[in-house]
Amino acid sequence: MPSKLIEKTMRVNRLPHIWCPGCGHGILMRDVAQAIENCGLDPDKVVIVSGIGCSSRAAGYMNYNTLHTTHGRAIAFATGVKLANPELTVIVITGDGDATAIGGNHLIHACRRNIDLTVVVFNNNIYGMTGGQYSPTTPHGEKGTTAPYGNIDYNFDIPKLAESAGATYTARGTAFHVPQMIKLIENGIKHHGFSLIEGLSVCPTYYGRKNKKGSAVDMYNWQKENCIDAAKAQKMSAEELEGKILTGEMSRCEKPEYTDMYMEIIRKCGGDK
Amino acid sequence: MENKKLVINPAWCKGCGICAAFCPKEVLAIVHEKVQLINEADCIKCGLCELRCPDYAIYIEKEGE
Amino acid sequence: MATRFHLLQGNEACVEGAIAAGMKFYAGYPITPSTEIAERSAVRLPQVGGKFIQMEDEIAGIAAALGASVAGLKAMTATSGPGFSLKQENIGYASIAEIPIVIVDVQRAGPSTGLPTSPSQGDYMQSKWGTHGDHPVIVISPSSVQECYNLTVRCFNMAERFRVPVIFLMDEIVGHLREGCELIPPEELEINNRIEGNITGMTYAVSEGNYVPEFAAFGEGERYNVTGLFHDDTGFPTNDNTITRNQERRLMDKIRMRRDRIMQWEEKDCEDADVIIVCYGGTARSVMGAMEEASKMDFLKIGMFRPITVWPFPEKALEKLSKKCKHILVAEHNNGQMLLEVQRVVKDNCPVSFIGKIDGTTLTPDDILTKITEVY
Repeated sequence: MPSKLIEKTMRVNRLPHIWCPGCGHGILMRDVAQAIENCGLDPDKVVIVSGIGCSSRAAGYMNYNTLHTTHGRAIAFATGVKLANPELTVIVITGDGDATAIGGNHLIHACRRNIDLTVVVFNNNIYGMTGGQYSPTTPHGEKGTTAPYGNIDYNFDIPKLAESAGATYTARGTAFHVPQMIKLIENGIKHHGFSLIEGLSVCPTYYGRKNKKGSAVDMYNWQKENCIDAAKAQKMSAEELEGKILTGEMSRCEKPEYTDMYMEIIRKCGGDK
Repeated sequence: MENKKLVINPAWCKGCGICAAFCPKEVLAIVHEKVQLINEADCIKCGLCELRCPDYAIYIEKEGE
Repeated sequence: MATRFHLLQGNEACVEGAIAAGMKFYAGYPITPSTEIAERSAVRLPQVGGKFIQMEDEIAGIAAALGASVAGLKAMTATSGPGFSLKQENIGYASIAEIPIVIVDVQRAGPSTGLPTSPSQGDYMQSKWGTHGDHPVIVISPSSVQECYNLTVRCFNMAERFRVPVIFLMDEIVGHLREGCELIPPEELEINNRIEGNITGMTYAVSEGNYVPEFAAFGEGERYNVTGLFHDDTGFPTNDNTITRNQERRLMDKIRMRRDRIMQWEEKDCEDADVIIVCYGGTARSVMGAMEEASKMDFLKIGMFRPITVWPFPEKALEKLSKKCKHILVAEHNNGQMLLEVQRVVKDNCPVSFIGKIDGTTLTPDDILTKITEVY
C-alpha cells in the first residue's frame, strides 16, 4: 500500500518507476504531485506533457491527462493543448537536454509568449537515458561519455535564460530541499503566465560516476551544502557564496497572458457568438 | 505522535540509502539492500524520509486515514 | 448573405474547406508557397471561435496542432517541401498515438531550399515514406481550386474517422492557381467527426471488427496516457512482442481494410484510349490541355487516369485499364516517383513511359503531346 498522496496522484500499477536507485527524479515527481494537490486542482483538468528522456517518463506514472511526446517538443505540444482549452492546467515535465538543447527554441518562444504553462525542468546535468553524454547543463570542465577529456562547453543557467526570454515566473529548487521545491512549483502553477521551475536532480548512475561525485547520498549532501536560498544569500559575503548555487524564486512579474489575449481577439472578431 | 505510523514497502525500495543518511534520529538502516526501521523507539515520525524517498517506499501513515 | 461563388487561390480554398469541415485550430510557420494558408487561417479562425498560432518553427507547428487535437479540436498545419521534411518525426507520432491531424504540403521544387516559388511534385514519396517506421497514411492530391475546397473537407473526415495523419499533397500550381470556387456550406457537405466514447482506461482497445479506438478529449475526465512508444490497449508502453505486433497490424489495417472506401480517382476518356496518361495534382491541368489538343486530331485517342487519393494508390483500377490500353505515360513534376508505383502495378500489361520536369517550369500540353508521338 502506498501513501495517500501517491495513491491519489500516481498510477500505482505502473510503479515502481524505471529510475535508478538514488535518482532525484522520483523526489521531484512527488513534489509536482504534492504541488498540484496543494493547489486543490481537479485532476481531470490537469494535463502533464513531457518530451523524451529520463525526466519525461514521469508523465506515464502520474494520474492525470498525460501526453508523452517527441524529444524536445513537449512545450510546443503543451502550447497547443493550452491554447485549445485554456481551462486546463498544463504542466510540462522535461529534462535539461529535452528543454534546453533539442527543445531550446520552443522553451524561449513559450517564455516570450507568456502562455500560462508551468514548466518543471528535472535537471540532472547529463543525458541519462542514452547513457551519460554531456548536456547544456553539464558544468564546464566536467565529464560525460562524449566529453571524455572534460566538457569545454559553458552551461546554461536555465532560470536566467527563461527570464531573459520573457518568462514571468522563474525559480530554482533541488531534489534535496523538498518543502521549498514543492512551494516553488505550487507558486508556478498559481502564477498566471509562463512559469519555469528548475529542479536540480541527482544522477548517481552517470553524472555522479563519470565525475567521481561519490554515492547518491554524497550527491544529496553536496546539494545540502552548496545550494543556498537566495534570500539567505543576501546576508552572505562574496567569499561565502563562491561556487554556491542560488535557489528559490528568481524572478516574477505580471504581464498579459497569451490565451487571454487570444480570447480577446476572438471576442473582437465575433467568434465567441 | 502516537497516531502516526512509519510504513515501509520493501518491494519498491531500491536501497539508495537517502532516507537513512538524512534521518535526524538515525533510526533507519539499509539491510540487505532494503530499508529497515532499526530503532522504532527513537523515531519521531517527522516524515523527512517520505519526502526524500525517490521510490515512495517509506512514508508516515496517520491513523484513521 | 455572402455569395457561394468566389474567385480564390487554391491555398485560400483549402482554408475555406478546412473551416467548413470544422477546423478550430491551426499552428504553422511561414513558408513559400503555402503561406497564404497560414494568413487566411489567421483571419478566419478567430471569426469562427477557432485558434491560430504562428509557432517558432515547423516542428512546433505540427506539435502544437497535435496538442490541440488531443484537447479535442480539429487541427491543421500547412507547409512546403523543407518544412514538410521537418515535420516528419511528428507525423510518425500522430500515426502511433492515433491523433487526427491534417498536414498540407504545397510542394515546391527541391531538394533543400531549391526553387521556393516553382512547381514540383518532388514530395510524392516523402508523403508516404518520410517518417521512420511502417505507418499508415492517407495522401490526397487536388487538381483544381474547387478540389482544394472539397478535398480538404475529405482530409478532415478521414483524419477524424480513422485517427490518422492525412496529408493534403498540393503543389505550387494548384496552390497559387486562381479560379472560381463554390463554397459549399457545411450543411450540404458530409462532415465526419471522431468517434467519441467512454474509454475507461482502455484507450486503444477496439471492438470486434473495428479498427479505430474511440476518442475522449483531454479534460473530459478519462485521464489516459498518450505516448509515441509502442503501447498496449491501455495506452502504456510495452515491449511485449505480441502486443506490439498486434498494435502495428491494427494501425496498418485501419487503412488497409478500408482502402476501397478511402481511394478515389478520376478516369477521363479511358474507355477506348490508346494511350492513358497517369498524373495527379497540378500536372493534370497540362494533361487536360494535351487531351484537348489531341481531340482535334482524330488519330490519337488519349485518356487520363488521375489518382486523387495518391496513397493508398488506386492499383486495381489502373491494373484493369493497363490490360486494355496500348501505352501508359506517367507525367509528373519530378524525376519519376509515382512512375515506380505505376510500373509495380502495370507490370508487363503494356509499355510504361515517363515525362517529367524538375527545372521549375511546368509541363506544357505540347511537351506531353511531343512525348506521346515519340513513345507511341
